[in-house]
Amino acid sequence: MRHQFELETAKTPEALKRIVIEPVSRVEGHGKVTILLDDDNQVHQVRLHIVEFRGFEKFIEGRPYWEVPVLVQRLCGICPVSHHLAASKAMDMIVNGGILTPTAEKIRRLMHYGQMLQSHALHFFHLSSPDLLFGFDSDVGKRNIVGVAAANPDVAKMGVLLRKFGQEVIRVTSGKRVHGTGSIPGGVNKSLTAEERDYLLKDADQMIAWSRDAVRIIKQLHKSNPALYDVFGDVPTTMVSLVDEKGTLDFYHGSLRARDKDGEVIFDQVSYQGYNTLLTEGVKPWSYMKFPYITTLGEEKGWYKVGPLARVQNCDRIPTPQAEEERAEFVAYGGTKPMHGSLGFHWARMIEMLCAAETIKDLLLDPDIMGTDLMATGPRREEGIGVIEAPRGTLFHHYRVNEDDVVTYANLIVSTTNNNTAMNVAVRDVAKNYLNGHEITEGLLNHIEVAIRCFDPCLSCATHALGKMPLEVTLVNAQGQEIDRMTKDSEGRVAKGAA
Amino acid sequence: MSDPKTFFLDEEEIPFEEGQTIIQAALSAGKFIPHLCYHPEFKPHGSCKLCTVRIDSRTVTTEDGQSVKIPGRAAASCTTPAQEGQHVESEVPEILDLRRTLVQMLLVEGNHYCPSCEKSGKCMLQGLAYDLGVMDPHFPQYFSKREVDASHPDILLDFNRCILCELCVRASAEVDKKNVFALSGRGNTKHLICNSESGKLGDTNMAATDKAADVCPVGVILHKRHGFEVPYGQRRFDIAPISDNPVQYAPVKEQV
Ligand code: SF4
Ligand code: FES
Repeated sequence: MRHQFELETAKTPEALKRIVIEPVSRVEGHGKVTILLDDDNQVHQVRLHIVEFRGFEKFIEGRPYWEVPVLVQRLCGICPVSHHLAASKAMDMIVNGGILTPTAEKIRRLMHYGQMLQSHALHFFHLSSPDLLFGFDSDVGKRNIVGVAAANPDVAKMGVLLRKFGQEVIRVTSGKRVHGTGSIPGGVNKSLTAEERDYLLKDADQMIAWSRDAVRIIKQLHKSNPALYDVFGDVPTTMVSLVDEKGTLDFYHGSLRARDKDGEVIFDQVSYQGYNTLLTEGVKPWSYMKFPYITTLGEEKGWYKVGPLARVQNCDRIPTPQAEEERAEFVAYGGTKPMHGSLGFHWARMIEMLCAAETIKDLLLDPDIMGTDLMATGPRREEGIGVIEAPRGTLFHHYRVNEDDVVTYANLIVSTTNNNTAMNVAVRDVAKNYLNGHEITEGLLNHIEVAIRCFDPCLSCATHALGKMPLEVTLVNAQGQEIDRMTKDSEGRVAKGAA
Repeated sequence: MSDPKTFFLDEEEIPFEEGQTIIQAALSAGKFIPHLCYHPEFKPHGSCKLCTVRIDSRTVTTEDGQSVKIPGRAAASCTTPAQEGQHVESEVPEILDLRRTLVQMLLVEGNHYCPSCEKSGKCMLQGLAYDLGVMDPHFPQYFSKREVDASHPDILLDFNRCILCELCVRASAEVDKKNVFALSGRGNTKHLICNSESGKLGDTNMAATDKAADVCPVGVILHKRHGFEVPYGQRRFDIAPISDNPVQYAPVKEQV
């Protein structure tokens, strides 16, 4: 039986060679993979390290609460809206017990589904399609979005325009494409004008059609090569996500549900207000990032995954017709058990993108989005917890605010932290199956990165640093001396040889 | 009645009344001169130097026939009386450079994180930075350590953003007759204090309706529980840049 700790710690690390993949390219933020190999290139230890600074919570503490939804957007350059909304939900609890007017809720949903669409499009088309369309060890010079544009101009165009549409939904609801201010504690600061609605509505059907095309692309890849797609980076694990009161997929609000690796419900309709007893944030000596687990199951069995693959398999249905059709096909494809191959994330992600596109259209047709009742009032509270399904998975924001209106406590569990153990297990699975006994090549190392990218780790969320970084692989002997090095710059150019 | 007196601002003739300062005359004529510590309702203070202009530069011809410009004296237009026939330069490269440098120094001296500041879009320091084309802070950030005073039930003070213009000091003393604020310390350690035994705003007699509560040109004195209520595109300096509307430029009470 597979064990999550297998390959986490080598028995005799002193006698092994060390490979460091640092930082992981095409992943925002700072991640690092270290691999210990023996002289026969047998893998003994694999660890994904994500450098997380806990400083951000400290930065929030001491600030007035109304700043927080805007402040926390600085956590992440590619999904700031998720932090904006999770913090707003927590602050709603504080200013009025968590109520919203129908207009405010729908504007926030529109913003969030716009974010889901743009983030999923970015991930699939810009970051992952090069690997999927050309192969994991294809020519590294072509394995990027420019290569995709040259080989499949229609696919690249779809990606660019889907993302742009999502960004426009965000701009119209929050005032700016990045780091807007639309959501404020207790409501929103604007609704839509008829012109704004019509401006978005004119493209909505095209976005739905393209999203469906994207689902078809990834579905086809699975069906044409199940031996790779269905099992690569296999992580059979518990899945956690929000679902609404009927068990339907909902990205903005709901209660927590967990299913085990076989699809059996572990818990359901658990209020996220109790997240901090439900989950424990485990620590390991070799990583700054926490390893959360379901408290009652313990550290060894309680780890889980979040994000598209968890959400699409956790829910009973998707509320929009086309995405629901695709979900049913996805579930049928998996057979009686859920799918846990990491590449399944992409398929699930595209189904979610389709759901987002359909939902955006529905919301645009709802007259409430042009309403004028933007703010709700209610009794003040001291504590607020806001949870949202961010593009990368469940995101927790928790604050306490004193009677002087200042934040005295902040705790955040970002999606990538939730997936920390699962990503480590996926990386180990791939290292064992693809690297063992082989000479290390760029293509083989890219397999490791492909596995990480499936989870779409927003490392910048976790590290609070921005920017794509080139790849650096260092081979170190048992004495810690560097004996070989491989670097890849952000253009995909590879250089080999010790520094 | 005699013709009104005039002076020249960047070669344009500006009328003035006896006793008016250069900035007063310029603003009433619809000509913008950047300023931070000046406010039409209060005695000029002359501390921020943003309003610096150059007065009566001369051109002389040297023995070999070359024209050489002798720069006039630099002066704060908020404290300098207008004078008949004076030639005042404001929108000239050297003066604009000086103003940019002053803004940059203010930006690094405090902790100005515009995106999460409620005053963003209506802050005069930010508005001037945009207007002057300040693209970066240029100087290394000071990272001064300052606290927030949240002790008052309705008003929050975020000292991180104080530019020591003393408008609140003047408003509290002259209009509210309360003396809630004062500056203390010198040079580097100069900072705003509240006049109460504890030093806390909550222990002063300040009220949210005081003039001092709505006079701060930056984001120090804030009405609690209000933030980001005006969407992007509708904030004061989204609608028109700071220099477009000189008459309404002085801080006004926000509609909340
Ligand atoms: S608090 Fe505002 S008004 Fe008072 S001195 Fe500081 S910047 Fe000027
Ligand atoms: S406005 Fe004249 S010195 Fe400040």
